[in-house]
Amino acid sequence: MTAWDALRAALESLRANPLRSALTMLGIVIGVAAVIAMVAVGAGARDQVLRQIASLGTNLILVGQGSIVRGGVKLGAGTASSLTEDDALAVLSETPSVVVTAPSVRWGLQIVAGNQNWGTILFGITPDYMDAREWTVALGRGLSDEDVAQATKVVVLGQTVVRNLFGGGDPIGEQVRVFSTPLTVVGVLAEKGQNTQGQDQDDVIFVPLSTAKRNIPGMAKSNPRFIHSMAVKMRDGADMADAQAQIRDLLRQRHRLIPGQDDDFWMRDLSEVSATRDESSRALSFLLAAVAAVSLLVGGIGIMNIMLVSVTERTREIGLRLAIGARRRDILVQFLIESITLSLIGAAVGVALGIGTAVAVAALAGWPTLIRIDSIVLAVAVSGLVGVFFGLYPARRAAGLNPIEALRHE
Amino acid sequence: MASDSPAPEPLIAVEHLTRRYRMGPQTVHALDDVTVTIRRGEFVAVMGPSGSGKSTLMNLLGCLDRPDSGQYRLDGQEVAGLSSDALAAVRNRSIGFVFQSFNLLPRQTALDNVMLPMVYAGVSRAQRVERALAALDSVGLWERARHRPTQLSGGQQQRVAIARALVNDPLLLLADEPTGALDTATSLEIIGLFQRLNRRGITIVLVTHEPEVARFAARVLQFRDGRLIDDLRQEPEVAA
Repeated sequence: MTAWDALRAALESLRANPLRSALTMLGIVIGVAAVIAMVAVGAGARDQVLRQIASLGTNLILVGQGSIVRGGVKLGAGTASSLTEDDALAVLSETPSVVVTAPSVRWGLQIVAGNQNWGTILFGITPDYMDAREWTVALGRGLSDEDVAQATKVVVLGQTVVRNLFGGGDPIGEQVRVFSTPLTVVGVLAEKGQNTQGQDQDDVIFVPLSTAKRNIPGMAKSNPRFIHSMAVKMRDGADMADAQAQIRDLLRQRHRLIPGQDDDFWMRDLSEVSATRDESSRALSFLLAAVAAVSLLVGGIGIMNIMLVSVTERTREIGLRLAIGARRRDILVQFLIESITLSLIGAAVGVALGIGTAVAVAALAGWPTLIRIDSIVLAVAVSGLVGVFFGLYPARRAAGLNPIEALRHE
Repeated sequence: MASDSPAPEPLIAVEHLTRRYRMGPQTVHALDDVTVTIRRGEFVAVMGPSGSGKSTLMNLLGCLDRPDSGQYRLDGQEVAGLSSDALAAVRNRSIGFVFQSFNLLPRQTALDNVMLPMVYAGVSRAQRVERALAALDSVGLWERARHRPTQLSGGQQQRVAIARALVNDPLLLLADEPTGALDTATSLEIIGLFQRLNRRGITIVLVTHEPEVARFAARVLQFRDGRLIDDLRQEPEVAA
């Protein structure tokens, strides 16, 4: 008996009881659909998080101005104006694993173009900042060292700002005004979307650090070298904890803090965020695997059950096949192919249903979904194995029948 | 029975064939030291009441069962010691079975049913159809090839089963109460078909408990209590 004959016989037998075959497949259908849909949702969420984390910049430590303590009262973050451009230079030169330090100041303000205006956040930066935070320019150019050195009146706009001021039109070369300073738009940033906290990262404008300090009233009031924060980028593979300790020691020393005194700055390591996300997505994957395993197990038991019924029902057929020359192996293969066919058709329906569900979830609930080929391959392969594993016992039972008794079976 | 000199190998040579079953504490001799030979072209009826051993002999001759002792040579080949797979091949190529209850697969057409033995003989699909149609033609059912068993009468179903038995050109046709489920007129029709096939040269062993059926065979083997008690040659009646 060729495999093709066995497949034909299997399809024939499944067609004979369409409702029963469909119900038997249901366990596998639901199992496979659940795996594919849930992996799609999980992968979509994970992919979104990874992209958000990547958009913050990897290998990055943020250092910001801390609070000053006055008479036991802690004022809010940024109240100390101790962090300076010189700190940034010192961190770069004295910490071996640091490749870039990018000082910045930030200021919330109103930006005006023609008769439009928009409230946004201005960052006064050096070109290194774009590199450290992994910003790229979609249109025009970014800020240059020359812009910083000469405090040129230029600005790079985030996508949200462009949308609100120019309705999506090309703003390059246009004039905008912040406070009463006219700035020329030289570039537009590539879109970054929301960050992990759901904030719009594209609602920003970048100007040279020196331009910000010179033109924003009150910005450089006490110390012309002050900055709000700096992004510190490590080389790949650097030990983040080690680097943080070195930077902390250096800054404490530079700020003349005595032991026991609180830091007058804060530090944040973005790799912590990604580690937490990794952990939770691992837990999610484990949960998915458990759900898949249980539903495929239940589906497999359903298949075994119905195959045992089928063997009993078709005892005479088996007796006849043995009498006219089927070897035991032929009977075994026939029933095994039948159970595999059952589970694989179930898997195929499950794949379709799973993809449909993922697409529907994306469309209706607005969740990002990512249909993963490997989840489909895995689900189908496991279904095939389920068919073999749970079909083997009924098939062996069929192949082991005594032909004389089988022919006499009523 | 014109036997040529010097005695050619008989188709079936059974010597001291014994088959025992354990029934609780007792041992039942279903077949007890049976010796018989059947030549090519014979039409033999095996007679006896139930429990006489005729079905056991049938199962042994059909290679569905193995004897506890004794020899069975089919066409010169000792089959008693063959492996299960080798016995399957013997059943497939050398023996055609006809059963009382036809044993057709209900959801397949007459043609598919007749093709079934060739599935296990490794015959190509195109050849299967051709040979199955020829076999159906030889039992007069060529035009019913696409019918399912439920659309056929009992006599027609049995003729499909006979076509299935013939399709691999067996040496031997083994029929177990082939008319047991049929009315008298249809039974005569089937017996007539057996006689025509026999005249064409095929060897037939037919198990029955009905003397009216045995009349049509040229030789009657009578069994009782597992023993062969009579071996009678007769002038057969002609059914059709």
